[in-house]
Amino acid sequence: MSRVVSLLRFVWEFVVGDDWRIAAGVAVGLGLTAGIAHSPVAAWWVLPAAILLLLGLSVWRAARRRA
Amino acid sequence: MSGPALGLAVSVFLACAVEAVEALTIVLAVGYTRSWRSTSVGVGAAVAVLAALTAALGPALAALPIGVLRVVVGALLLIFGLQWLRKAILRAGGVKPRRDEREAFERERLAARRQGQVREGLDPYAFTIAFKGVLLEGLEVVFIVLTFGANQHDVGLAAAAAGVAVAAVALAGLAVHAPLARVPENTMKYLVGVMLTSFGTFWGAEGAGAHWPGGDGALLAIVPLTLAASLVMVWLIRRRTAATRGPADAGAADREPVSEADEAMVGA
Repeated sequence: MSRVVSLLRFVWEFVVGDDWRIAAGVAVGLGLTAGIAHSPVAAWWVLPAAILLLLGLSVWRAARRRA
Repeated sequence: MSGPALGLAVSVFLACAVEAVEALTIVLAVGYTRSWRSTSVGVGAAVAVLAALTAALGPALAALPIGVLRVVVGALLLIFGLQWLRKAILRAGGVKPRRDEREAFERERLAARRQGQVREGLDPYAFTIAFKGVLLEGLEVVFIVLTFGANQHDVGLAAAAAGVAVAAVALAGLAVHAPLARVPENTMKYLVGVMLTSFGTFWGAEGAGAHWPGGDGALLAIVPLTLAASLVMVWLIRRRTAATRGPADAGAADREPVSEADEAMVGA
């Protein structure tokens, strides 16, 4: 059991890394893009905007924490 | 070679070279301190596991429908790329210490020395550290090769770029018999973070059903925009750090080495 937990923890740390909010934000950004893509509005700008916001917030939080 | 194919080759080459430099440092440290034979067996075992993983996961990824593949690979590349870029921005902004291969080498060598006498036959410490080091760094290489390669339907090109990078680093390591401390590793990580994030954005949005203006040509805008936005973040962090330190420490801030982002821009 502990090996399974260790493996899952490793996969989580390998893929998700230091800030789980980035992974969650990417999922939300992709979902929003998919939703808007099915409407008459252009959807290409949603993901880049979400990425810039996510990255900026994550970097800012880390910088404040370490200052 | 098309634009996306060139981007694929450059991204995979840079990412694999960086990972290979880090793995080389570990291998050299345990090899010199403990046993070259046990270290080589550890490296060989890790390479065999990585080859088996690639052989198992490659065809599975290639069998996915292109829409699913792009959204899955785009999401994974984005999460992975954003982690790389986040760390690179924090390093360039002076918030997180930069990786120094000489320091890492000394750290690994000291740890290896503390393990006492080298055992006859297979030295478990040298084997385990070499195996883990190469496997962990190699997993990132496998991940990048498979995701980029499968999405571009060119795993061969991705694998070739990875192979050239690993061979170049291994040959350089053999030539200098020391960690490759002069490789601009932090700058390379910064650029890889930008490329992974940009390709992840492009493929992720396409997979989710969006249509990019200009098709593949949109990458020519996404890459520089991602780089520019990250450089603004580096600038903001450095400004904030300087303001926090106050006028008394302003000189110290100025004396800090030029950031990786600045080096990347001036081509140093």
